[in-house]
Amino acid sequence: MTPDMPAVIQVENLTKRFGDFTAVDHISFEVRKGEIFGFLGANGAGKTTAMRMLCGLSHPTEGHGTVAGFDIARQQEAIKKNIGYMSQKFSLYNDLKVWENIRLFAGIYGMKPKQIAAKTDALLKRLGFMAEKNTFVEKLPLGWKQKLAFSVAIFHEPQIVFLDEPTGGVDPITRRQFWELIYEAVEQGITVFVTTHYMDEAEYCDRVSIMVDGRIEALDSPRELKQQMNARSMDEVFRQLARKAQRSAD
Amino acid sequence: MKQFWAFVKKEFLHIFRDRQTILILLLMPVVQVLLFGFAITTDIQNTSVVVLDECKTAESRALLNEIGSGRYFDIVQYIESDRDIDAIFKKGKVKIAIVIPQDWSRLTGSYQEAPLQLIIDASNPNEASILTGYLQSIAAQFGGAEPLINVETRMLYNPQLKSAYTFVPGVIGLVLMLICTLMTSVSIVREKETGTMEVLLVSPSKPLYIIFSKTIPYFVIALINIVTIILLSMFVFGVPIRGSIALLFGVSITYIFASLGLGLLISTISQTQQIAMIISLMGLMLPTVLLAGLLFPIENMPLPLQWFSTIVPATWFIDMTKAIMIKGLGIGLIWKQWLILLGMTVLFIGISVKRFKIRLS
Amino acid sequence: MRTFLFLLEKEFKQILRNRIILAMIIALPTIQLAILPHAATYEIRHINLAVVDNDHSTFSSKLTGKLSASRYFNLVSAGTSYEEALALVEDGVAHLILEIPPHFEKELRLLGKTQLMIAVDAVDGTMGSIGSSYLNQIIQDFSMRLLADGEIAYPTEIGLQTRTEVIPQYRYNTQLDYKTYMVPGILVMLLTLVGGILAALNIVSEKEQGTLEQINVSPAPKQFYLLAKVIPFWIIGLLTLGIGLLIARFMYGIVLAGSLLTLYAFAAVYVVAFTGFGLLISVSSKTQQQSMFIAFFFLLIFFLMGGLFTPISSMPYWAQVITWFNPTAYLIDVVRLIVMKGSGFADLLPQFFCICGFAVVFNVWAIFGYDKTA
Repeated sequence: MTPDMPAVIQVENLTKRFGDFTAVDHISFEVRKGEIFGFLGANGAGKTTAMRMLCGLSHPTEGHGTVAGFDIARQQEAIKKNIGYMSQKFSLYNDLKVWENIRLFAGIYGMKPKQIAAKTDALLKRLGFMAEKNTFVEKLPLGWKQKLAFSVAIFHEPQIVFLDEPTGGVDPITRRQFWELIYEAVEQGITVFVTTHYMDEAEYCDRVSIMVDGRIEALDSPRELKQQMNARSMDEVFRQLARKAQRSAD
Repeated sequence: MKQFWAFVKKEFLHIFRDRQTILILLLMPVVQVLLFGFAITTDIQNTSVVVLDECKTAESRALLNEIGSGRYFDIVQYIESDRDIDAIFKKGKVKIAIVIPQDWSRLTGSYQEAPLQLIIDASNPNEASILTGYLQSIAAQFGGAEPLINVETRMLYNPQLKSAYTFVPGVIGLVLMLICTLMTSVSIVREKETGTMEVLLVSPSKPLYIIFSKTIPYFVIALINIVTIILLSMFVFGVPIRGSIALLFGVSITYIFASLGLGLLISTISQTQQIAMIISLMGLMLPTVLLAGLLFPIENMPLPLQWFSTIVPATWFIDMTKAIMIKGLGIGLIWKQWLILLGMTVLFIGISVKRFKIRLS
Repeated sequence: MRTFLFLLEKEFKQILRNRIILAMIIALPTIQLAILPHAATYEIRHINLAVVDNDHSTFSSKLTGKLSASRYFNLVSAGTSYEEALALVEDGVAHLILEIPPHFEKELRLLGKTQLMIAVDAVDGTMGSIGSSYLNQIIQDFSMRLLADGEIAYPTEIGLQTRTEVIPQYRYNTQLDYKTYMVPGILVMLLTLVGGILAALNIVSEKEQGTLEQINVSPAPKQFYLLAKVIPFWIIGLLTLGIGLLIARFMYGIVLAGSLLTLYAFAAVYVVAFTGFGLLISVSSKTQQQSMFIAFFFLLIFFLMGGLFTPISSMPYWAQVITWFNPTAYLIDVVRLIVMKGSGFADLLPQFFCICGFAVVFNVWAIFGYDKTA
């Protein structure tokens, strides 16, 4: 953990309502540069909604915050230039080849074609994907798709990358490999903001926050949390907190 | 059976939560009936004409007055030379130029025939020949002449030639096809595409129930639409139901089943929503609009198209609906058509159930 | 700007790989142009006519012969009474009945006038009115022939009156071929379907697949993203028009009377307008099913109110006012004028500005309607 690093995400009283329903209820937190910040909660707790506000995909109803130094209510397009995003729904183009997807997204983030081509080969070699350069993404196995999606999300070297349940539906070995990619990204200085409901993954984070019914109920390093709540694993921590939930997941 | 109704309830919720779509599903028939009934008319009136009057006599003015005062023609301009005509036609507003030759009024009153020249934009040949006919009859009666053979014309079933009489049965056919076939097939294929169908299929409920449960809401919407269309056409356009209402509904329900069957069939052969839509649009909508006698009489078509129209279910439905609503015929005169439609229905549902079972095993 | 080129590259790759779209580009013009002009016709030919001859005279058989020789009518086994003929109409075997009364010939010879009765199956109003008017024309023609041949004398009381004979001269479609009239309209239908339907399904399918979110969270400006979608459809649309024109030329012998350039100028703006319209539907729908249904709903209105099948001038005034807001109506009019009459660009300026207006409105609306932060 790097306590003296500057904050790259700052949020105060962030709230989102849909009609009568308050999906996110006055949450406040900070994420520091170079950190892996785990954003935990049951289904329907409001994780994705909160994350979408940080990424400039949704307007906050109340409260304010900054991401990479830009205001989340007013400077959404500026935020988008400085972040990477990988959603829980796989979102590369199935009908484009591996290299074409990389080229497209890198291009959108303003990289030059030559630069893209060189970096693409380096990336694919590192991932051991060189043979699949010309494969349509549709044909790749799910675990590969996710690794590729993550690599695309950080290809343009953003300050922060947002990962929304990135490892849903894959086996533990692939998840482990995925986390190795995340650590590599952190070494490059990228801040990682990740939502998950796998509690073993929570152990890999520097700090975690746990959301229950739209509010943040706990926020600290996994070790501290376990100590505070007298629990042996993050799973236990989570279950103790989630027991208070009123809302049911839909 | 309980599971079945649970599925039906789920489908209803899906559809009714989507306000925009449900609004369009219920509103579309209303708009279509109003448009077809009011706006789609082949009755030609107020055609713009220009006149080149080289005769310039009281008699020629009287003739022009006669032409302009009727409901068919509006004289919009007097021109001086026939060289202007082409330029005027090219702007597209004026359809006819009437040329009255210099010696026209000298010839009237003699035993010779006095020629009147018409220059007609025949782009639309139908319009051109009808307009010629109108002018011929105005000219023939000009000056009180009577035809040798007086023809008494009786318009059977639809004395005022209202277009609603023609279109209402067709609109019912079109709307039911749209909702039952298109919506059903697309909604089933959508579950295939998103993978939720697999989830439903591994559940312990009977697969056929799942599929049939998807058709029920559309069946209900289709019934609502029939009632709306019939009420509108009765009270807004005065289209009668001369035959039996029970028979009309019997026929309509058969047709709904045929359309639902087609929808199921399409869903078993399409992998993606887009394919289902294109099959529905190209393979069904166009034939229904064009070949089933909705807009254009089947009798006018070349024989191969007439043969093809016999395999379009809407052809039989529209034929029967016209017979029941407008002509007031009973079951005795339409049972053949009904049997054909029923046969098609059984065929469509049979094939799709079979294909569906093959896919499962 | 570079972002835009990357987006454009992506759209082209996707479209060229989409077999459905490629099939549509080839199949749509071919099928529609091959079938539609034959099906969509109000040209009345071989309409079934039942003649009830109660006179059995030379004149009545002459008239019957003349009718059966006409290409408009098809004589079906006429019964001996009006009731029998009516049964034929109920069965749908006959659409028209001509009843010749007894003493038809006698009255014509002695009095110089007589009457006939026509009954029309008017369930189909158009067919009824056109059929009866053709029948009427043949009957009047028949009587004039009798006069001219001296078979009957001029009746004394109208002896001094002269008939005004109308000599029609048909322009542009001198063969009075309905297909020549329908083909230009169908070309417009093709352009509309390409822009409208394909574009309407495009963005919403990215929404359903989740790829749109990945674009939304990127800094790509939304107007670039939409423009990159318009351009491939624009090219496809113009290509389709070219194929359509070739088919029109070789299948129906329709030669463009006006300039190809003028036609393409209009088509180019029109496709932009309709692609904008399709994208507008696409960005405002949640599912492909919904967007397709909305697209279909509007396209049906655009065609029915566009003068494709029935002339706009026959519509009631309020309906004509609605057609002012229908881009399809302008283009159908324009294409017919260019193809059949050879109208030049200067003749069509008002229509051109209207279509440009639609192009701007639809596309700007689509850009505003597309909210990257939903």
